[in-house]
Amino acid sequence: MELTTVWFGLIAILWCGYFLLEGFDFGVGVLLPVIGRTERQRRVLINTIGPVWDGNEVWLVVAGGATFAAFPEWYATLFSGFYLPLLLILLALIVRGVAFEYRGKVDSAAWRRRWDIGIFVGSAVPAFLWGVAFGNIVRGVRLDADHEYVGSFVDLLNPYALLGGITTLALFTLHGAVFLALKTDGEVRARAGALAVRLGLAALLVAGGFLSWTQWMRTDLTGAVLSAAAAASLAGGVGAAKLRREGWAFVGTAAAIVLATVALFATLFPEVLPSTVAAANSLTVHNASATPYTLKIMTWVAAFCTPVVLAYQGWTYWVFRRRLRVEDIPQAAAEPAGGQTEAAVRQPGL
Amino acid sequence: MTCPFRDLWPLRGGGEITRLGDVDALDLARWQFAVTTLYHFIFVPITIGLSALVAVLQTVWLRTGKSEYLRATKFFGKLFLINFAMGVVTGIVQEFQFGMNWSNYSRFVGDIFGAPLAIEGLLAFFLESTFLGLWMFGWERLPRRVHLACIWLVAIGTQLSAYFILAANAWMQHPVGYRINAERGRAELTDFVAVLTNSTALVAYAHTFMACFVTAGAFMLAVAGWHLRRRNQPEVFRPALRLAGWVVLVAGLGVVVTGDLQARVMTDQQPMKMAAAEALYSTTDGASFSLFTVGSLDGHEELFSIRVPKLLSLMATTSPDGRVEGVDNLQAAYAAQLGPGDYRPLIPVTYWSFRLMIGFGVLAMLVAALTLWHARRERPRLARWVWPAAIWAVALPLLANSTGWIFTEMGRQPWTVFGVLKTADSVSPEVGVADVALSLGVFTVLYGILAVIELLLMVRYVRAGAPEEEQRPAEDGVDRPLAFAY
Repeated sequence: MELTTVWFGLIAILWCGYFLLEGFDFGVGVLLPVIGRTERQRRVLINTIGPVWDGNEVWLVVAGGATFAAFPEWYATLFSGFYLPLLLILLALIVRGVAFEYRGKVDSAAWRRRWDIGIFVGSAVPAFLWGVAFGNIVRGVRLDADHEYVGSFVDLLNPYALLGGITTLALFTLHGAVFLALKTDGEVRARAGALAVRLGLAALLVAGGFLSWTQWMRTDLTGAVLSAAAAASLAGGVGAAKLRREGWAFVGTAAAIVLATVALFATLFPEVLPSTVAAANSLTVHNASATPYTLKIMTWVAAFCTPVVLAYQGWTYWVFRRRLRVEDIPQAAAEPAGGQTEAAVRQPGL
Repeated sequence: MTCPFRDLWPLRGGGEITRLGDVDALDLARWQFAVTTLYHFIFVPITIGLSALVAVLQTVWLRTGKSEYLRATKFFGKLFLINFAMGVVTGIVQEFQFGMNWSNYSRFVGDIFGAPLAIEGLLAFFLESTFLGLWMFGWERLPRRVHLACIWLVAIGTQLSAYFILAANAWMQHPVGYRINAERGRAELTDFVAVLTNSTALVAYAHTFMACFVTAGAFMLAVAGWHLRRRNQPEVFRPALRLAGWVVLVAGLGVVVTGDLQARVMTDQQPMKMAAAEALYSTTDGASFSLFTVGSLDGHEELFSIRVPKLLSLMATTSPDGRVEGVDNLQAAYAAQLGPGDYRPLIPVTYWSFRLMIGFGVLAMLVAALTLWHARRERPRLARWVWPAAIWAVALPLLANSTGWIFTEMGRQPWTVFGVLKTADSVSPEVGVADVALSLGVFTVLYGILAVIELLLMVRYVRAGAPEEEQRPAEDGVDRPLAFAY
């Protein structure tokens, strides 16, 4: 296999990993005001993703870096062309990351409420915009002969791409609900489980619509088969959620997200960013790629590092595998964990 | 339809307006890169240095069993986390920005520059973020030694990250291991080992490594000084102060030594930058170093100057009588070699940023030495100003870091890749002035707000002091309310 094909595949895998992992923590963020009715419940929600969200986000950083290294032209065109959507995503991710860290740091309901809005918006906006971005990538955009994006921001908000955005938002929110049902207990678990079933039907509808539209637009046999498999996994996941088989429900939504992402990449291949102006202007794995030498080095690095990363990231999930209950969250008020307050004595950890 | 909004954000796209009056998309993109990078680099050195210092504190606790060290670990660990969050979220902007605002640069250098960035993510960011999560949430869940290993892995991750990003930057200062492919119009990697062992990268890493410890040491010194001044928890803060003071002194010495090495490498590779650092216009043997100059810097006229004879030649060439090339001579040589053009950086900026960097750094070391001396036996008459000096000195290394980066990046101008690609040719051609103005504005405002919040939180948690004595956390794995950060 050509190295350019290998790297197209690896970048697809990185996006799969990103959507699979950050997908549920976006979902938890979106559901924070819906499922978390009390302060302690909200803390349960946030703490289900507490140890892992940052590691999940690194998948995006690596996907970006790998695109830069393996397909510089793709990276340059995509990032400069999608300037305003990416700006919005960056702003959302900044607010969201800071919100997780800072919301518990001052004991004030108003303070926490503001950061909760930050978590909600900071999760919903990228969950939506990544779908819009991928919709545009698959659909193609206006590229001139220099591979520069010459469309406008409004061009990116076409109906197909917007449906893509709604699809990722729905899928990630569902994935988050299923994850919460798996990782919590008591009231939160019950509410998340019930919500997952209702969300599941909506997600099935929009995702089915989006994937069908994709295949109608750019018919591709592999892509079609994978899309069908994604839809089947999603249906299976929702069914499992209905039967309260929470582990299987999570497997179902995880598989649906991965399969749908792979379906989009398979449909795209060998192009990486089609041009709607002229086929000759399209970016492909060939005209966008780095040199074979760079790709070879990167392949060795990836071959050695990726298994190690997967092992320790997997281990994190194992360490924090236990379900969280409201009782696990200390009643104590938020810190500062100074010497003065009694609460701090009962709350030793960081 | 003459609505200006329509022109700035054209609905049809294409032919983007990149200049509006005196405002140019290129200038705004440069400002944005400067603002976001300098801001990011407030948090980065603290993260790099403090992760290792917290790891040291925790290691001492495990070895000695003294609870003061556990309390210090938790106290400084919390400050570390508040700082880390900002470093992470502002870091993603950096990676995206190359493509967003500098697409021509990305196309041109991606084959070389992308690899260290990708490797940084794969090798360093995963390590840092995953093990930081384990460390934060693992206090009661992991065996003690494993838990300690987590913070050390975070510290190692920050070092790896620093190395790869500096290797990428060093390639811009001194490109090696590449060839130009004229047909594709880009630079292509021919020797990755050369890129990673670039002498510029090695000295820059050493210099930055030391500077990070000065920064984190000064931070810890200020915090400990604040409490000791109030005779608060001396059992925790006295050892912390000693550790911090010595770290600043030793690492400060390291900064001087590595800076000296770097100056020589720079003179060799980027003579214009060295000349611009001194505002030395004509090639001179046995050049002096001016500590302070009043005059028209660009007009070659000097009104007043305090000079150390022969110091510049010594710094640049190791010989007091060595020859240092001047700006005007270099400009003429470059123009002859590369064609007409202005190859000079903004001399006032390079001149002052170079001096301020050195000045702030030296001042930080002096304050640390004074504080250490004073802490051995307090002298009541000195206490009134030694402690405030120690506290305010937290800003000195941060200012030195910023001016250092301003110097090294501005001194490379007009190039992004020295001698190969100009800054003016690096910018995204189809990103309009309105888009960049918007992003620059939004980043500046958001970063400003976050800076205020971060500062308030820091002050709040510094004031709260270290947690009181507690029984050692159990290792039995029995479920109990979790001690969470969120």
